[in-house]
Amino acid sequence: MTYLWAFIVGGILCVIGQILIDKTKLTPARILVVYVVAGVFLTLVGAYEPLVKLAGAGATVPLTGFGYSLAKGVMKAVEEHGLLGVLTGGLTATAGGIAAAVVFSLIAALIFKSKEKS
Amino acid sequence: MQKQEYKAYAEKKSPNSPLWLNMLKAFLIGGLICVLGEGVRHFYTNWGLSLEEVAAATSITMVFLGVLLTGIGIYDNIAKHAGAGTLVPITGFANSVASPAIEYKSEGYVLGVGAKMFIIAGPVIVYGTVASVIAGLIYYFIH
Repeated sequence: MTYLWAFIVGGILCVIGQILIDKTKLTPARILVVYVVAGVFLTLVGAYEPLVKLAGAGATVPLTGFGYSLAKGVMKAVEEHGLLGVLTGGLTATAGGIAAAVVFSLIAALIFKSKEKS
Repeated sequence: MQKQEYKAYAEKKSPNSPLWLNMLKAFLIGGLICVLGEGVRHFYTNWGLSLEEVAAATSITMVFLGVLLTGIGIYDNIAKHAGAGTLVPITGFANSVASPAIEYKSEGYVLGVGAKMFIIAGPVIVYGTVASVIAGLIYYFIH
């Protein structure tokens, strides 16, 4: 059942992005920034967690889910370490994804050649 | 033809971007990527990882797939049709790192690959981190 919800919720989050691309002049970089920041504050006010419970990867795989991880990480770190956690929580929780993107991309740059754009 | 006239002419002649079709394609492809992510999540959950470990391992796996498909040239071909369907998932974030890394290899490994891989991911990490610090401060004071 979570697969169906993952499909629907993930699909809708992408459709919102598509409307932003077609109807506004937002560049892909700006859309990703908007998604991440929205994810952080939706999580802070408790609006994103129910979506994650319902749809699993449908809510965590879109970039709002990256914001969800940042916010959840910082909230947990604040509970455990107080003020210090404000600065350490977000990046700690997302370190895996960021490090993976950097390391795998460097390896990809070593292996693959840029395709000639026709 | 004057510049203004040409602009009006070009706008009349270019087909209306088919918003409904774009939305449908974004929905289907974005939804499918999330279903794949859900499969990865189940795989790690069944493997006995904790909730946090599952989240991190799933992100890493999806990023790996995004980079791999970018490297072999498949991701950008799907992206031509999928629009936001391939941009919004974390695989699109991976694509935004890997794609310039490969493309700017000719400018060297420091200022080419090393710098250009953050051309889109950089702003995402900057504003994501700042948002998390602001959220953390708010949480600290209301908690």
